[in-house]
Amino acid sequence: MRNALSIAGKELRSYFVSPIAYVVLTGFLLLGGWFFFNLLARFNFLLSIYSAMRNPEAQMRLNLNEFVIAPLLHNLSVVLVILVPVITMRSFAEEKRSGTYELLLTSPLSISEIVIGKFLGCFAFLLVMLGLTAVYPLILLLYGNPELGIIAAGYLGLLLLATAFVTVGLLTSSFTENQIIASVSCLVVLLLFYVIAWPADTAGPLLGAVLKYLSLTEHFSEMVKGVIDTKDLVYFLSVIVLALFLTHRSVESVRWR
Amino acid sequence: MIEVRNLTKRYGDLVAIRDISFTAATGQILGFLGPNGAGKTTTMRIITGFMPASSGTVKVAGYDIFDDSYEVRKRIGYLPENPPLYGDMTVVSYLRFVGRIRGIAKAELGDSVDRVLHKCGLTGVTGRVVGHLSKGFRQRVGLAQALIHNPSVLVLDEPTIGLDPRQIIDIRTLIKELAGERTVILSTHILPEVSQLCEKLVIINEGHIVVEDTLENLTREMSLEQVFLTYITRDTATLRGTPAEEATA
Repeated sequence: MRNALSIAGKELRSYFVSPIAYVVLTGFLLLGGWFFFNLLARFNFLLSIYSAMRNPEAQMRLNLNEFVIAPLLHNLSVVLVILVPVITMRSFAEEKRSGTYELLLTSPLSISEIVIGKFLGCFAFLLVMLGLTAVYPLILLLYGNPELGIIAAGYLGLLLLATAFVTVGLLTSSFTENQIIASVSCLVVLLLFYVIAWPADTAGPLLGAVLKYLSLTEHFSEMVKGVIDTKDLVYFLSVIVLALFLTHRSVESVRWR
Repeated sequence: MIEVRNLTKRYGDLVAIRDISFTAATGQILGFLGPNGAGKTTTMRIITGFMPASSGTVKVAGYDIFDDSYEVRKRIGYLPENPPLYGDMTVVSYLRFVGRIRGIAKAELGDSVDRVLHKCGLTGVTGRVVGHLSKGFRQRVGLAQALIHNPSVLVLDEPTIGLDPRQIIDIRTLIKELAGERTVILSTHILPEVSQLCEKLVIINEGHIVVEDTLENLTREMSLEQVFLTYITRDTATLRGTPAEEATA
């Protein structure tokens, strides 16, 4: 475990000594801020219209969770589909290209320690990234009264979703020594699982259910609505564990090929 | 100390090394010699546990590289042909990182780093970023990395390549100092280096061993250059003369 933490620490540090961390964080917060501003502006606009129309019923239906937080989290999840591959692309590919892979594999480390270390490094960066977006709900909490429980469930969903993204990114990075191939293939896989449920309604009951179950978005949407269901938790954890296991296998294959 | 037995490595149809056996005793500096592409790096990568052999065994300090890979890796310091450096780290943070993953206890880490900094002449560049260092310094950081856990076996893959004459002399002196209780395998194709450093010689050509003997025995009648050229030329001629027989061997 100490070894895994050493690798995680090295990973996290390498993000912040290179421009990657700052570019990714700035881009993420810039887009997040733009989404938040526009959602809030639309919310205010609707509120003023409904009160001008003296329509208390419609006004009651407007709430911050549904009209600001939920779409914000959905938008952020799309941005993560694009940014996570950038975060994870170097993890293994860079080591292979620069020859430091030899250092890692000839050190007395187990492959699990290497994979877990890499994972924890990316995960810590993810926490920083998502942590910084907490400023948006905090503003809402200061000036309005959104439901805290729903926000928490939504954020848990976003964290699980992004963690699953990270593990897929680690897997594709472990296949290649080319960072572009690593990031593009990760992006394609993530996008595919994002939209895999599109034909669900026309695909027949069984296939439709399978596609819906596979879709990252379906499970995420449930959590954004504030529903924490074991089914969704199990789904995300399975994706994370499976991708980490395959990454382990992929790294191991270099040693025993 | 190091015992290599019948090592063979195939990449698909390509046979990189074929039936290689040699031994290096404790405290010995073994020169691993051969033309480019002869299989030196492949052999070293197998000895250090980076990749497995197709067949054959390696024993380091009594531990088998396949069964006790972990124990072997703890005892080996390895400098690959391209020093495995993280360009964005400073020299000290890099060495501390390597020390940690090599299993040095936290309390001893500072001392170990200081020791190799002094040994490799890096005290003037401790805070510099590795990626900004000159080739010579990078090579020294690579060597420091291989020494940090005080390994009993050192595997050095062309450690002096690309250095200026003074740096070469520095590194050679260092390797000589390091030997003592350590076993060193030194791969190179620079012959004077071998005659200055090594007690024992293994010459490898096209993936198999041509000769294994002490430097003294080999250079009794001719110079090292002559020995090298004679063995390599004779061997290549035999291989070319009877290709079918060799391919099935």
